[in-house]
Amino acid sequence: MKRRAWLLGLITLLAPIVHAAQADQIKANHAWIRLLPANLPAGAYVTLDNQGASAATLVSAHSTAYGSVMLHQSTTDPAGNSDMHMLDRLVVPAHGQVSLAPASYHLMLQQATHPLKPDDTVEITFDFADGSHLAVPFLVRPANAAD
Amino acid sequence: MKLLRFARLAGLLVISMVLAACHSQQAAPWQLTDISGHMPDLTFRLTNDQGKSVAAADYQGKVTLLYFGYTHCPDVCPLTLAHLHVVMQRLGKLADGAQILFVSVDPARDTPEALHAYVTAFDPHVVGLTGSPADVEALTKRYRAAFSREPDKAGGSYDVSHSSGIYIFDAHGKARLLATPTDSQDKLVHDLHLLLSSGGAT
Repeated sequence: MKRRAWLLGLITLLAPIVHAAQADQIKANHAWIRLLPANLPAGAYVTLDNQGASAATLVSAHSTAYGSVMLHQSTTDPAGNSDMHMLDRLVVPAHGQVSLAPASYHLMLQQATHPLKPDDTVEITFDFADGSHLAVPFLVRPANAAD
Repeated sequence: MKLLRFARLAGLLVISMVLAACHSQQAAPWQLTDISGHMPDLTFRLTNDQGKSVAAADYQGKVTLLYFGYTHCPDVCPLTLAHLHVVMQRLGKLADGAQILFVSVDPARDTPEALHAYVTAFDPHVVGLTGSPADVEALTKRYRAAFSREPDKAGGSYDVSHSSGIYIFDAHGKARLLATPTDSQDKLVHDLHLLLSSGGAT
């Protein structure tokens, strides 16, 4: 009986470790930045693949290359008016995928800390709700790059 | 006998050609939305990205694509201009008869210099236009392309929500077609090809 309680305690203690951190479940693909001239805000895009059995919730992102990184969503109403708004969080469902793509979810990058040019690589770190982080290398592409 | 067969064949050919001609006159050839007669001719008085005062008459003689946007728009505006760049490339030599007017709905921040750096990053056929808020508003109202400045964010930056349609005019400044950002590049290439090769650019 005593032994069983000890075992139970051990499992409870280990549970958070066994349960994978959200960042570890995510695979990032097709990560790129559309570079605009004159230090204008730029959009960053990536496909996030959740290979885990539980949802991963993206709460923010940051980078040493930019003073500000914001999670945004562009929407277009039926009348054809485009709008942008900030998101507090973005859930990547278990065994699911979320695409940050032009005219949809994207990162808005502002205040580049140093000049960038096409073909550079910029690291952006995604922060998840459980406090885990995922650093992703983004390819810098020219303004007129097709997705 | 041989001659008869030839005559019959020739007759068939003529009939099918006549039918084809009738058909092409009846069926709407456009894949985008036809706005001929529903939108006013192109008229404006603005400043181009070289800092020069210009009017719509300065842009006659070419097929004109009119698009409203602003340079601090990191997602939808660059996407549209990148799409139009691909369309221009696909049109090849015909693209020389076309021009894209990118009109800033954020004249407070979009100076001619800022616009110049921005539009040249996309395609040589793009001209940036800006002007007084009243002149810009007059043009957006003319095409019912609403825009509004969103509340300021931290640090004094702000977004502008705006209409994302692309208005297409023939070489005489007559409104002809309307494309939305969701219309495929194929549709744009198809219709511009038709407009550019049918004397739209005279």
